[in-house]
Amino acid sequence: MGKTLFELINLLALVAIVLLPLVRKGKALFIIIIFLQLFLGSLLALHYLSFVLVYTTLIDICAVQNSFVFLVVWEIMALGTFVMVILDNHKSKTLKAGINYLIQSHIGILLLTLAFIWVKLETGSYDFNAITGFTSSLSASAGLFLFTILFMGFAIKAGFVPFHTWLPHAHPAAPAHVSGIMSGGIIKLGIYGILRMLMLVRIDMVMVGQLLLVVSVITGVYGVMLAIIQHDLKRLLAYHSIENIGIIGIGIAIGCLGIGHENPLLMATGFAGALLHTLNHSLFKSLLFYSAGNIYLARHTMNIDSLGGLLKEMPRNGYLFLIGSLAICGLPPFNGFVSEFLIYKGIISGIITSNSMSVLVILFALLGLVIIGGLALICFTKAFGIMFLGKPRGRPEPVTEDEGKSYPLILTALLILLIGLFPLLLGPTLVKVTALFGTARGVAEPYGLREAVNSSMIIGWYSLGFILLTVVIFLLRRELVAHRIVATEETWGCGYQGDNSRMSYTASSFVRTYRKLFSPLLNIHSSKEGASGLYPLSMGKETYPGDKVERWLIDKPLHLSKKLLERFSFLQNGNIQAYILYGLVFITMVILLPTIYALAASFIKILNQL
Amino acid sequence: MVSLLLVFFVSLFFMGVVTRIRSLTSGRKGPSVMQPMWDIVRLWRKGSVYSTTTSFIFQLAPITYIASLLVAVLMVPHGSRAGLISFEGDFIMFAYLLAFGKFMMIIAALDTGSSFEGMGASREALFSMLAEPAFFILMGSFALFTGNSSFQGIFNGLYYGSHFSYMLGGLATFVLIIIAMVENSRMPVDDPKTHLELTMIHEVMILDNSGFDLGLIMYATHLKFAMYGSIIASFFIGSLPLWLSIPLTLVIQMFFAIVVGIMESFTARFRMGHNPQFIFILTSVAILIFFGVLMLLGRFM
Repeated sequence: MGKTLFELINLLALVAIVLLPLVRKGKALFIIIIFLQLFLGSLLALHYLSFVLVYTTLIDICAVQNSFVFLVVWEIMALGTFVMVILDNHKSKTLKAGINYLIQSHIGILLLTLAFIWVKLETGSYDFNAITGFTSSLSASAGLFLFTILFMGFAIKAGFVPFHTWLPHAHPAAPAHVSGIMSGGIIKLGIYGILRMLMLVRIDMVMVGQLLLVVSVITGVYGVMLAIIQHDLKRLLAYHSIENIGIIGIGIAIGCLGIGHENPLLMATGFAGALLHTLNHSLFKSLLFYSAGNIYLARHTMNIDSLGGLLKEMPRNGYLFLIGSLAICGLPPFNGFVSEFLIYKGIISGIITSNSMSVLVILFALLGLVIIGGLALICFTKAFGIMFLGKPRGRPEPVTEDEGKSYPLILTALLILLIGLFPLLLGPTLVKVTALFGTARGVAEPYGLREAVNSSMIIGWYSLGFILLTVVIFLLRRELVAHRIVATEETWGCGYQGDNSRMSYTASSFVRTYRKLFSPLLNIHSSKEGASGLYPLSMGKETYPGDKVERWLIDKPLHLSKKLLERFSFLQNGNIQAYILYGLVFITMVILLPTIYALAASFIKILNQL
Repeated sequence: MVSLLLVFFVSLFFMGVVTRIRSLTSGRKGPSVMQPMWDIVRLWRKGSVYSTTTSFIFQLAPITYIASLLVAVLMVPHGSRAGLISFEGDFIMFAYLLAFGKFMMIIAALDTGSSFEGMGASREALFSMLAEPAFFILMGSFALFTGNSSFQGIFNGLYYGSHFSYMLGGLATFVLIIIAMVENSRMPVDDPKTHLELTMIHEVMILDNSGFDLGLIMYATHLKFAMYGSIIASFFIGSLPLWLSIPLTLVIQMFFAIVVGIMESFTARFRMGHNPQFIFILTSVAILIFFGVLMLLGRFM
């Protein structure tokens, strides 16, 4: 049971495993290098070692069927990722982000531990299957409570709002290849965990579906809303991971509603869409991150506003980034569209078939998913347009593109196109995995499951037709304009002829209208230096995009608790005599407490007898 | 097939009618109905000027734009007769194809490195994002109403039983007309005839396009209008026989063109800052339609 799901998720890990060593040229001797560097005592050795370790755990997590072992592997994965993130540990910012990640993922582990121990105490078994028996014996609300704890534990890893706050720090801090693997593989383990638990628990799935739907829509919209206003490319991509987790969550929720309402169409489109999007996201997000890494190597900055005109200098990287951008926006003919189409289809059939509360919740999801799509379009036209098109800003040194660096990216891009055009290839696997959610509940493979998934896959052919039509029109145009006069001129600047590279549109201006419109929901600090005097020399404006959820959920409580604890700082006075005193007080307390307790108990007993 | 031919046929003179109406309302005689199309044909026969800043994307964008639109047109039905492409959930692909074209046009505008075009691109991106939910909720409501999720199925299953459902049809027409206006950057949202680059949306995005490419982009506007007109017509023709439905479609398209012309003549462009509010009204109307359908089906709670 559940084997195919592991295969699929393993495929995800496998893709990562295959792709990642390719990031740098000639890393076929990966392991040997690690051991060589271990001997040399290099810091990089630790980095590579944790790489291998994390890979192994990625696979192990999917194979383990025992919650105790699961926790151990999960912990190794968390620690390994931490070591990977802090490669640039001489920067305090990186270290801070790493520690932030470490603490938050341990909160997640704590929650998981609590839930698993609860099951163990009641059933006496660490086996995953014990959860099934346990939840079916529990009352409805208690079962939901158990699932909520499990969900929160996995949500921290996956990055559901409001548990996402580690993500936008860790992704930019980590080197690009780690960010790619984190976004593509590691946060997907949170999704895996949620899916696995959904297979096991026996609770009211309609309730779960509705709750999950609301959380996911908020996650998706919030992620992309913040992504737009980011200045740092990798931070932007990190927020987009949150957005995509939201989309995946919407799919899962639709699937849950399908189970709850016993509607195979909803179940099939929801789970298949979510699973496919998980795979798709790991592809285009790693493509985007690797591409970002190449930009960083060339320009040593990730600030979108100080990049420009890169397409002419690194055309391969540019077009690959474009493919990634189109795919992440869910536009045909790329893979993102296939999975989003499945989820949309689930939503529409959910609207048609379900009644009462569910319709309104699903309408909310439809609204959310559409807004996510539209906002993603703004975000990636901004990122691609400002960074790669137009003129370079400032006077950067010219770079020559290293072809070798683009091969792994090309491979990913080909996979993206393959899934986009021939999604039928994945159809049978998706059907098999989706059916598991039904068979796990004793329902045989529901009728129409295969039909529902496969009928959606025809969009691949239309996407292919679209590409062919584009090619035809392109050739037609080339024939038609072959003998026409083609001239080149400067861009039209309303008559202004001077150098206008500094007048190019910036990313901040591009999203200005959006920023104004959504400002009540965002948390942007800005500092402005206005023009003054008769001949103003400089003026400028800087905006610092913040995260409202982080501010209210993490920063404020942290600040308050710090304030509270500061009152007790006199205890830590560095005075050794005082410390000895504390020790004495502690020992006395330990010895006296049972005695006092016994006395109190006997006293109460006497009182009772009276 | 019928719908495809009709859309192409209507696209030839749609903008001509709009221009004619504008002329008539301002007391002029106005050019021939075919004039806008002749202008496009003239552009198709011209050479081009490309900016030195632009890359291949700038030349690719108009092609992908028109190609995406053409595939979208293939999905448009003629009442209950399906378009050439018809499958469950085709309106989702329809909207996403249009979005693809938009994506390419926006980055083509940024490709020129001009601030004007960047400004237009920024507005286009935001406004089309705001108009999108209305279309989806509208189609979602009618999917709920008819129990189908393809254009053909929806228009096939559409029946007007009570007065209430006529109201829904009216509201849907209103939403689609305004969506068409927003998508084509026409009057209350954008003024294509304005003299100042700072206040344009679509026109300023294509400042640097010329010759064949410009012709393609301009024809795309005609095609888009005809396409939306055809969808609006489908709301009314249902499964009427062809000899009735074709003239009816033409009449409805004509009516649509006249409405657009009159709206363009008698409304002023909004301030840019007011546009988002205006466009978001569409979503609220669409949600109203959705609740209306829920009520009609007795599925409320």
